[in-house]
Amino acid sequence: MSDSASSLKTDAVGGTRKGRLKIFLGYAAGVGKTYQMLDEAQELRRKGVDVVVGYFEPHGRQDTIAKTEGLEFIPRRKIEYRGSVFEEMDVDAVLRRGPAVCLVDEFAHTNVPGCAGLKRWEDVQALLNAGIDVLTTLNVQHLESLNDEVWHITGVRVRETVPDWVVDAADEVVLVDLTAEALQNRLHRGVVYTADKAKKAMENFFTESNLTALRELALRHTAHEVEGRLSDLAAKARRAPAARPGAEPPVRHERILICLTERPSSAVLIRRGKRVADYLHADCLAVHVERSPNRRDDERKAALEKHLTFARNLHIDTHVLHGANVARTIVDFARQQNITQIYLGRSGASSLSKLMGSTVHRVVRLARDREITVVAERFR
Amino acid sequence: MPANIEKRPSPEELLRRVQAEERQARRGKLKVFLGYASRVGKSFRMLDEGRRRKERGEDVVVGAIQFPLTPDLEALMEKLERVPTLKETYGGREYEVMDTAAIFRRHPRVLLVDELAYDNPPGTRNPKRWQDVDNILDNGISVITAVNLQHIEEQQDAVERITGKRARQTVPERFLRSADQIVLVDAALDDMMQRAGSREPVDVQRLSELRELALLLAADVIDDQLLNYLRSNGVEQRWGTQERILVCMTPRSDAGAMLRSGRRNADRFHGTLLVCYVRQSGLSGKDRETMDANLALALELEAEVHVLDGADAIAAIMRFAREQRVTQIFVGHSAPDRWKEFWARSPVDRLIQAARDIDIRIFPHPQTR
Repeated sequence: MSDSASSLKTDAVGGTRKGRLKIFLGYAAGVGKTYQMLDEAQELRRKGVDVVVGYFEPHGRQDTIAKTEGLEFIPRRKIEYRGSVFEEMDVDAVLRRGPAVCLVDEFAHTNVPGCAGLKRWEDVQALLNAGIDVLTTLNVQHLESLNDEVWHITGVRVRETVPDWVVDAADEVVLVDLTAEALQNRLHRGVVYTADKAKKAMENFFTESNLTALRELALRHTAHEVEGRLSDLAAKARRAPAARPGAEPPVRHERILICLTERPSSAVLIRRGKRVADYLHADCLAVHVERSPNRRDDERKAALEKHLTFARNLHIDTHVLHGANVARTIVDFARQQNITQIYLGRSGASSLSKLMGSTVHRVVRLARDREITVVAERFR
Repeated sequence: MPANIEKRPSPEELLRRVQAEERQARRGKLKVFLGYASRVGKSFRMLDEGRRRKERGEDVVVGAIQFPLTPDLEALMEKLERVPTLKETYGGREYEVMDTAAIFRRHPRVLLVDELAYDNPPGTRNPKRWQDVDNILDNGISVITAVNLQHIEEQQDAVERITGKRARQTVPERFLRSADQIVLVDAALDDMMQRAGSREPVDVQRLSELRELALLLAADVIDDQLLNYLRSNGVEQRWGTQERILVCMTPRSDAGAMLRSGRRNADRFHGTLLVCYVRQSGLSGKDRETMDANLALALELEAEVHVLDGADAIAAIMRFAREQRVTQIFVGHSAPDRWKEFWARSPVDRLIQAARDIDIRIFPHPQTR
């Protein structure tokens, strides 16, 4: 990475420069993210930059393995868990070695219990904080905000996710594009997986329509990342980005309030509200209203706590309020907090008779002066 | 208006379709590498694909390449066969015209064509290089080519807004959209700065805006391909790749606020803005005036406006929304009701209930705002 580029986004923490994060974003295994990352590492090595490999997943791909020639590898840490041995990046060893640039494959990976960081992206934060530049790879389906969309498209609920703020904070996000057809050809030729695994993959996840839809998501998300950095830049330069004629400039600052319950659908609601907030550059709050403070229901409380933690992990400002009248309490809080949009789940309002008298119904009637969004249930 | 009834084609129409299909089957395949600026690496990707194909045994030839070559391009060119371009001078300017006659004689399986947006000198058979490529495809030769966003005809207004100038040599967007495959060649800004070196200042904002446009254009082309694929395979259209916002207009709702918000949301999500209203009889003169003003605003905001018919307005809206893969419906609050109506079922309630798989955003009524 060039010195001139580091002026794009710099964070000086206590005198030590924070490392720069560059993400190679793809839409599926086999599009060439790791290859392109290694290509850049080789280029850096030729220029005399001190670059090491912190973690690399070869997947038995010959082209990719050949690209690692001459690169220094930091030995992985072996961790025993439930009778099996797992290998993870040795963060301490990388920190001791202290290179200028470290390659870390598969950003969304979840570490085996026993590691310092729960997730690999947390390990990467440690490297960045130590002033090490990091190159990493990520597929678009691992972004938290797209989890429901990806499930809807592919039928797969992706478990390993990365919060969007982590990706938004990266200095560079580069799209690694390949046509779906070319990716399928690679699968056929056995470049990506072994023959039987490739066959299974093409029947399930790697269908032409899935791959094309994921590819479109990756393109749109990269555009979103570019746009985000552009508005930071425009804010700094006080130069408005090119606006569409007729569209008026934002007249007010949007504040979105997500109303949480213990229901499982709250996860969808949180992701949806946060995604809209991110795209609108809006503040995002979440609230839950406890009807009776002394009600003991541990299962319900645990479910709710899970949603609140999830919201906090996405950098949503969470509040728990008490009030006998849930709708009233929500609307009062929204007014007091200058909320412009209230996000509600359908809360089981499956039929018109159930909708009548529900929290949704009451909030819609009480908050006529606010925008209210009733979030869809995402079916497949 | 979208219609569900498919008309039975006439014999002539059927023949025309079959002929078109045959022509399409004989035609070569077009693959385009789309970049957002010079030096993103389009030509490299194109030549590198040519090299890989050749190594796998495909008959690949270069029909046009831009000189002077960088060392990495030169290394690739050494591995590839070339049909030299014809050098022509016109009006004191040097031109490099693709030698289509020589290409047809050589008749490779795949032809690599750099710099798709190139004007041939006056007097050449085709004024534009993309037209040469079109002829080559018709002769059953597949083409891999490279072009920059700045050279797409329909993007010229946006390009001018960003860079202050329009491209002299352009390719129509429909030609790009007719490609069998499109690949976006992305490059990080730090790499672009490095490639530019220290002599040339890099305008990060300008580059970012062009990059965003290129990404979105590629996403749109791929969305078309996805829809075609789903339709031709009888797969039901699905939700998920793009935000599509539908604003429902009624004479009484605050359409201005909804439309502006819809435009802003659609822009932010790089999605589509649709507007519908259900035709009603017996509108008062004042209501009709309001509707006309709202429609004019919708058109000014570049929304796609649709007029729906149906005795049951909610059913008509929902049918349209599902057809159009809408992800968010914007609707106005019902008029402020009397207290007793707190328990009554309003149209908004019915819409919330019906649209279980679509987000509903309810906007304040003008009188309460």
